[in-house]
Amino acid sequence: MTAKPLLQSRGARLSLSGQNVLDDIDFDLFAGEVVALVGPNGAGKSTFLAALSGDVKLDSGTISINGLTLEQWKVKDLARLRSVQMQDSKVSFSFSADDVVRMGRSPWTGTEFVDHDDSVVELAKVSAETTALADRSFPTLSGGEKSRVAFARVLAQETPLIFLDEPTAAMDIRYQELVLSRARERTGAGAAVVVVLHDLSLAAAYADRIVLLNAGSIHASGTPREVLQPQILSEVYRHPVAVIDLPDSGGLVVMPLRPHLHTYQALEEELV
Amino acid sequence: MTPAKLLPLSLNTTARSENAVPEAPSTRSTGPARRRTTSGLLIAALGLAVIVMALASAGIGQMQLSPSEVLASVLHRFGLPWGALPEHPYAESALWAVRFPRVVMAIVVGAALACSGVLMQGVFGNPLAEPGVVGVSSGAAAFACVVIVFGLNFFGTWTVAFAAFLGGLVATALVYATARSGGRTEVVTLVLTGVAINAVGGAVIALMTFLGDNSSREEIIFWQLGSLNGTRWDNVFVAGPVTIIGIALAFFLTHKLDLLALGERPARHLGVDVERLRIQVIIIVAILTGVAVAFAGIIGFVGLVVPHILRMAMGPGHKALLPASALGGALLLLAADTSARTLVPNADLPIGMLTALVGGPFFFWLIRRTRKHDGGWS
Repeated sequence: MTAKPLLQSRGARLSLSGQNVLDDIDFDLFAGEVVALVGPNGAGKSTFLAALSGDVKLDSGTISINGLTLEQWKVKDLARLRSVQMQDSKVSFSFSADDVVRMGRSPWTGTEFVDHDDSVVELAKVSAETTALADRSFPTLSGGEKSRVAFARVLAQETPLIFLDEPTAAMDIRYQELVLSRARERTGAGAAVVVVLHDLSLAAAYADRIVLLNAGSIHASGTPREVLQPQILSEVYRHPVAVIDLPDSGGLVVMPLRPHLHTYQALEEELV
Repeated sequence: MTPAKLLPLSLNTTARSENAVPEAPSTRSTGPARRRTTSGLLIAALGLAVIVMALASAGIGQMQLSPSEVLASVLHRFGLPWGALPEHPYAESALWAVRFPRVVMAIVVGAALACSGVLMQGVFGNPLAEPGVVGVSSGAAAFACVVIVFGLNFFGTWTVAFAAFLGGLVATALVYATARSGGRTEVVTLVLTGVAINAVGGAVIALMTFLGDNSSREEIIFWQLGSLNGTRWDNVFVAGPVTIIGIALAFFLTHKLDLLALGERPARHLGVDVERLRIQVIIIVAILTGVAVAFAGIIGFVGLVVPHILRMAMGPGHKALLPASALGGALLLLAADTSARTLVPNADLPIGMLTALVGGPFFFWLIRRTRKHDGGWS
């Protein structure tokens, strides 16, 4: 790719109470790609996404969008560049799901694009299959429904950068696939997506690139086939992992091996 | 380098998908419009109720006047000689020197308190935040007491109001700094901070009561209980404009407060400068609470009860909630003040006591409800 990156991180470092949470991270993101951030608990995935979103200040290093650092952008303009879905979506007070999706339009208030507000909100709701939830009060929705509404809000923001922090954690299979498909579709229009995922098979299916973080630094980065290798994953996750390549380009399936189950079974049989 | 104009990445181009299962179309897609109508009607009804209540309230007392007589008196004053003036020879002076300033002050103070409740709840993201509960009122009262006892007079008629504003500002900032962590306010920390601030404020007031001479002591006690007795026009001319300015400024923040309901980070992701917003809100809350406390003493729970009931009736959107709460607060305080001066013949009950009598149990119910909804104390 010869194009200029949409987003760039150089030497991003951050330590919290003496612990290196982010350790010298260089990262480029180009228009039209989906990048999955994966890694064990505490690897720094969410913190890195928060740093990209401008939520946490780095100790050193820079993050820039379109060549300007996050500090150089106005809060208002950043809202027109990147949308963020955080791990859990909470809303104080009983705003309806429709209100919440509509809030995604607020960065465009005062521009000529407000004319599209209604149609964009409608499209976003249809896209994330939240139309039926529209009149429900947000705090009364289930976890998975909240995530879908939050995702619809992100879509309604119509930004070229989309950051999703475990958007599928509370979702059933249908909606996991739906949300990641929709995110992927946005890249067709020129968006770039960074998504934190725990499910490596999902990451393999939907990401163009996978960045594997461990202890605050990038352990491996590349296409799913390059990164999702049993020895790499087993080492980073400290658990034996198998990677199965489904026939007929069915994709990669990553699954943990469970030798201890057989041991327990054997033990139980012995005791009986 | 100036960045090129930022454009939305249209959703239209990618929203079509073959694997989308068509959903049942929403049968009630007119949600926002319908709610706007409800809000409009409710606000109009509240406005009308405030006017009727004000006319009725001005007529009630030792000298009974009918609302139509009161209305005629008001119209005549504004050069519209319609209706029959009250027959009682002292009616005009009783109305214009005693009752009207008090009625207008009830409207002003009620609106100020209810709006500061809305703003605090918005910025804390918590329906239990209220100037009285979290100690802003007693902070304002403590500073005002100091001014009264030491006879300070650096701003003329504005001195007590200014001191109350400062006290309110310090208390609000203190609550904010203590009760928030990680961008959210836990109910228990909020209420405990209120307990601490109320304790310190109460101690200062007690000390001032101890130090003060008899007249200032009486003034403090009278005013600690909250009362609109003895309101004069010059008080109204200070409190009125300040409240109007405060509420008008708050209007510019309503949309941002809606976004803040998503949490601080998500609000920032949507372009809200959260730091600036909270400073603005804290200052406006201090202005509104300060002015209310300075002229009416500590009147609790108005900022808690009114916004909560209205939120249930018309939804949490601040753009409608703020004006509706201003009117609702005015109505509630008018009713409370009318009761305060008529329930017991020849006595003027403290209005703070009345609102606490109603608001206390309401607060209790609200705590239980919040606990059930949030599934615990966080």
